[in-house]
Amino acid sequence: MIVEIGHYALILACLLSFIQGTFPLYGALNNRGRLMALSSPAAYGQLFFVTIAFASLMYAFVVSDFSVANVARNSHTLKPMLYKVSAVWGNHEGSILFWALILALYGAMVAFFGRNLPKTLHVRVLAIQALVGLGFYLFLLLTSNPFERVYPFPMEGNGLNPLLQDPGLAFHPPLLYMGYVGLSVTFSFAVGALIEGRVDAAWARWVRPWTLLAWCFLTAGITLGSWWAYYELGWGGWWFWDPVENASFMPWLVATALLHSAIVVEKRDTLKSWTILLAIIAFSFSLLGTFIVRSGVLTSVHAFATDPERGVFILMFLFIVIGGSLLLFALRADKLTPGGLFAPISRESMLVINNLLLSVAALVVLFGTLYPLLRDALTGDKITVGPPFFNIAFGLLMIPLILVMGLGPSTNWKRADLKGLSSRLSFVFAASVVVALALFYITSGNDIMAAVWLGLGIWLLFSTIFEWAERIKLFKAGSLKRMGRQPRASVGMTLGHLGLALAVIGMAGTSYWNTEYQGIMSHGDTVSISGYDLTLKDTDGIIGPNYSAVRATFDVSKDGISLAPLSPEARVYLTPPMPTTEAAILSTLRGDLFVVIGEANSEEYDKWAVRLYYKPLQLWLWLGVAVMVLGGLISLSDRRFRMGSPKGARKA
Amino acid sequence: MWIKKFIPFLIFCVISLALYVGLNLNPGIIPSALINKPIPEFSLPVVGGEEVGFSSADLIAEDEVVLVNFFASWCAPCYVEHPYLMKLKERGYKIYGVSYKDKARATNKFITTQGDPYYKIAADEDGRVAIDWGWSGVPETYIIKNGVIKYKHVGPIHEMEFEDKIMSIIESIDQ
Repeated sequence: MIVEIGHYALILACLLSFIQGTFPLYGALNNRGRLMALSSPAAYGQLFFVTIAFASLMYAFVVSDFSVANVARNSHTLKPMLYKVSAVWGNHEGSILFWALILALYGAMVAFFGRNLPKTLHVRVLAIQALVGLGFYLFLLLTSNPFERVYPFPMEGNGLNPLLQDPGLAFHPPLLYMGYVGLSVTFSFAVGALIEGRVDAAWARWVRPWTLLAWCFLTAGITLGSWWAYYELGWGGWWFWDPVENASFMPWLVATALLHSAIVVEKRDTLKSWTILLAIIAFSFSLLGTFIVRSGVLTSVHAFATDPERGVFILMFLFIVIGGSLLLFALRADKLTPGGLFAPISRESMLVINNLLLSVAALVVLFGTLYPLLRDALTGDKITVGPPFFNIAFGLLMIPLILVMGLGPSTNWKRADLKGLSSRLSFVFAASVVVALALFYITSGNDIMAAVWLGLGIWLLFSTIFEWAERIKLFKAGSLKRMGRQPRASVGMTLGHLGLALAVIGMAGTSYWNTEYQGIMSHGDTVSISGYDLTLKDTDGIIGPNYSAVRATFDVSKDGISLAPLSPEARVYLTPPMPTTEAAILSTLRGDLFVVIGEANSEEYDKWAVRLYYKPLQLWLWLGVAVMVLGGLISLSDRRFRMGSPKGARKA
Repeated sequence: MWIKKFIPFLIFCVISLALYVGLNLNPGIIPSALINKPIPEFSLPVVGGEEVGFSSADLIAEDEVVLVNFFASWCAPCYVEHPYLMKLKERGYKIYGVSYKDKARATNKFITTQGDPYYKIAADEDGRVAIDWGWSGVPETYIIKNGVIKYKHVGPIHEMEFEDKIMSIIESIDQ
């Protein structure tokens, strides 16, 4: 019964989104107040009904109602409660319903926080948001109904892929979706402004917090996925350039560009049509990401629904939304009058360089992701594009980007003084080169690229701190007071750049200096790796709720001092039957010690396949991203950008 | 320069066209470079023995359609496809079986418990011959006529493909 209520609520939400997407739009065109007044209540109603739909699906999962096809396929009574709940979005139908839920949530947020927007813009933004939602509702109801029943129903479910039974992954999709869908708001604002034919500083002030919010979620979501891959897949890698990873990375790159170009629109009233285009492209990449995951058009570890019929539906939807908005852009972008001019050396041009590099990087990733498909479609050749391509092409673009990132914040708006800039920063640059070379020498490295990347990270770190110190006039009277009075947006910028600096240093360390050991160990054997001594002490058979496992215990010591033992596990799940590894990791600021044990060798007793990795500075990568997200959140809390603040309350 | 504004739209059109074509491609199809080429030369011993099981000469000598099936007792999908090999045998097709990297005892047990669909069986214990065939994994089935490889099926033959795909291909080659 509850499941049918959910199905019914979903249909009601679909109808409401149709109403919200059509009548108010007509009302805005003809200035009919009553029609326009429909849009906010419809947005709230939509959220109400999708929440009911989602809650009833979640109920079906929690009570393990296997008469629902979706539950039977993806759940199991023995599964811990957390994974029963996370299984709701761990499958195709449920995850699309989750998309729709978040889309409705954002719609209601825009309805609420946007009450002070110009009425016609507000209505148009909500209408676009609703039309995007309509596509998702139709997709759910027509091709992937999560409420479908089966008869006769099975007594037990199929279970969830054991690799996905992990706390990190329980929260990875929600965060990522909050990011993906958050970009729908900036998209709706962009299309709304195109219909309206007006983009100004007030518009940019509106768009920025939404972009920032989506960006924070995307950053956290992508990193959570990467972190999961790092400790769960058990071979110490953290980024694989898998098509689906790329699908989440491309919107991030464009959203990062958008975040910066919106500043230019707000402060200097220029780069308008470019910003609009970025807003459209950012959300297009979100949709494309969904398409790639759901349609099975690319082979990937993430593709859990390969169904061409659904693919055709999403592709049509994609074509209407993206193609339509890009066409609208082509027709209407001329209406946006260009604003202030700027000199070649200025904050604006630094941000333009940032935008160009990020966009080209997104294009490179797009090309690498789709090239196998294009090649297959044209010639029938089967090829894959792997990390070597991405590392070189993407890496080369990041070198100038990070160099410019160090300069940008110290550059003045409109026209900057090149001589002053170089005299101030050449000292910082020299210092980072010296530090990088010194570190390179100490670690007796053999790969010059390690020094380059480390140097870039240090340059970014130093130049960001330098700019911040200059801004608050550190070591001069009143510097603490000035520090406290910094606008939160600029504190956020400093932290964001600082976080990336830490992450780059971490990436350099873990990519170039890692060491590994692979071999067979018996009880009592000792292996040394990067200063740690590990002794295989014990192996135990253990039984978990829905798996059995071998847990090995390693005594760990460094320089003769013994540390807490590490216990990696090799698990075999029962439903579906599948072996997984649970790595044991000792994380320190200097590096991660990473231990993985293989399946027991049944023929030869007491021979264990063991892999050990030492990943220097790995923790810096995760900490760096955490600092970036923190910066984003602090910036978001800035009073000037608070979503509810009336437009033009304060001149920028 | 009005056309400039259309560039993003045009790029998107190209991408969606590629995606549309891509939807109709099956990423699981692995083409073989050996289609319409003569079979590689080989000679394999019988399972657990020294004498020749069959060789490329036996296949070339056949004048009707024959199948070469690579299998192993340790390969789970091989059990799935087994009933369809039996069906092929009932319909009068000769299947030459190659036991891939398997022990003689395990192969014989597989045949006695599952049934023997094969006309002749040979053992490829070190997997060298499989490599010459451009093999990508067990099970794998080649359709051969007059010593020329006409078709290669990767993975198990299962219910959904048996009549529509495998049988129709065999019959069209047969004519």
